[in-house]
Amino acid sequence: MTRPGLAAGVTRPGLAACQVSASYGTQRVLDAVDLHIAPGETVGLHGPSGSGKSTMARLLALLHRPDGGHVSIDGTPVTGIRHQVPVAVRTRVAILFQSPRAATDPRLTLADLIAEPMRAIGTPPEQVRARTAELADTVGLTADLLTRRPHAVSDGQLQRACLARSLVHRPGYLLCDEATAMLDASTQAHVAAVVGEFQRRHDAGVLVISHDAALLARWADRVVELP
Amino acid sequence: MTSIDLDHDGPLLAVAGLTVRFRLPDAVVHAVTDLHLSVRPGELVAVVGESGCGKSVLAHALLGLLPRNATVTGSALLRTGAGIRRPPPLDLLACAPRQLARQVRGRAVGLVPQSPATALTPVRTGRRLLVETLRAHGHTRADAPTAADRLAADVGLNPADLDRYPHELSGGMAQRLATALALAPDPPLLLADEPTTGLDRPLVDHTLDLLRRRCDAGAAVLLITHDLVAAQRVADTVAVMYASRIVEHAPTEALFSAPEHPYSAALLDALPQRAFRPVPGHPPMLTDLPAGCAFAARCDRATEACRVQPAFAAGRAACHHPLEHSQVHAEVPA
Ligand SMILES: Nc1ncnc2c1ncn2[C@@H]1O[C@H](COP(=O)(O)OP(=O)(O)O)[C@@H](O)[C@H]1O
Ligand code: SF4
Ligand SMILES: [Mg+2]
Repeated sequence: MTRPGLAAGVTRPGLAACQVSASYGTQRVLDAVDLHIAPGETVGLHGPSGSGKSTMARLLALLHRPDGGHVSIDGTPVTGIRHQVPVAVRTRVAILFQSPRAATDPRLTLADLIAEPMRAIGTPPEQVRARTAELADTVGLTADLLTRRPHAVSDGQLQRACLARSLVHRPGYLLCDEATAMLDASTQAHVAAVVGEFQRRHDAGVLVISHDAALLARWADRVVELP
Repeated sequence: MTSIDLDHDGPLLAVAGLTVRFRLPDAVVHAVTDLHLSVRPGELVAVVGESGCGKSVLAHALLGLLPRNATVTGSALLRTGAGIRRPPPLDLLACAPRQLARQVRGRAVGLVPQSPATALTPVRTGRRLLVETLRAHGHTRADAPTAADRLAADVGLNPADLDRYPHELSGGMAQRLATALALAPDPPLLLADEPTTGLDRPLVDHTLDLLRRRCDAGAAVLLITHDLVAAQRVADTVAVMYASRIVEHAPTEALFSAPEHPYSAALLDALPQRAFRPVPGHPPMLTDLPAGCAFAARCDRATEACRVQPAFAAGRAACHHPLEHSQVHAEVPA
């Protein structure tokens, strides 16, 4: 697949935070931190509450601009946040949050939730339908759930829909920010299995943020500790 | 099941045959079915299970907090008072809403809710909420503020954070404030519904240990959680719920080392500390449960017999073909 806007100047594949810093008010949460996620690799990010794990994820997902340093995607430095960069660049990175309820529009059915990012870039309706069905199947959502709205499904079911949505554009990098923290053990293992399968197929890089050392030991290839 | 015997060292809470149905326009949700459970003073019972299996509905039924489309049957006897002249037990399921609001919620039963941010009054600071609650439960104007600080410290909340409004608190801080509010009246029964959601591991452990200490001081605690590791840390016994029913109830140690119900075993296998393998298939829809064992479609031990609803016959699991651990060992060739 060609990726316009990324071909030139590719040096080292991967999603990288290069000497990034970030603050809230006067409080500095990240101070010149480096992080690199190679294609196909699963990196765990661990650290106490407030150590900047979610901030790092938001920087990598281009939701925040760092105060210092930069993010680069497959060797190309990205300047600007999500809506300012070309579609082909921003769809390279997807993010999955801890609380699916806070992250979703309560008016959308689960099917619309999955389809929305495709509609947003003008994908033809029949293609949207087919891909939605395929993704629903991948994450284990049955047809009766797809017509429901968030209030009528469990957290686990909603998180599966969010996972499907995050995979819509076949991202090169998937960031899971405590994405399974509120899920039961079975749903957690299932989400991890779906992510793992997607990763194998598409050689995607994955960042897993978690407080749970046992989960990271099992899921990640290596674990980075934030102080 | 054990008979309901509310004598001196009998249970503080005895739930028998609890059944909850939700009527929807075109279907009925079987949220809780024929549930039996009792909790003694000084005992911590955990209820675990996959999301949507009915755990929160159980808690809400006990507190009379179910929505209007719910129908509840069964009984939930709560022992109130002590001594020879103590009043007869209160059936929480048969209580008038006024009585529940005045005598039960907050007073006899403390609820640590699942999403505290929505349960907290937004226009008062944590300190005012806490002091008012303490005052309403017998603390004097003079000693309530000190008691508030002590409770805040107990739940791991900085006393300075008490002067903030609920919307200024992070999810974890709001959770701790809600916990402090539930503990303030020193209720004999504590109901904790997912009390550790949104907390990081050190705080999870802190909250769990706090519940355990309350329990060791004589409270009866019902801990509802999706977190198996949390249950393992503090519970005396663990009840595993699947598709609206308790399918196994066992001492914590026994459940984790030798589960008898195939679902319990499969759920434990999903832990990252174990096989990290999801339970195969998906939970059934609670609007459309089979007549027999609801786990049959996912169970590798299922037979014809499983078309009939299994009972808790002899063992601790409601299963026609429970895993027999001693037998597993006996079968190892010599
Ligand atoms: N007001 C309601 N109307 C219809 N169904 C409901 C209602 N509240 C909960 N349910 C259903 O009851 C079942 C059990 O829910 P719940 O107790 O919240 O599960 P959990 O075990 O995750 O706490 C779920 O299938 C849920 O969708
Ligand atoms: S009753 Fe049958 S189907 Fe149900 S768990 Fe036991 S063996 Fe499996
Ligand atoms: Mg719940």
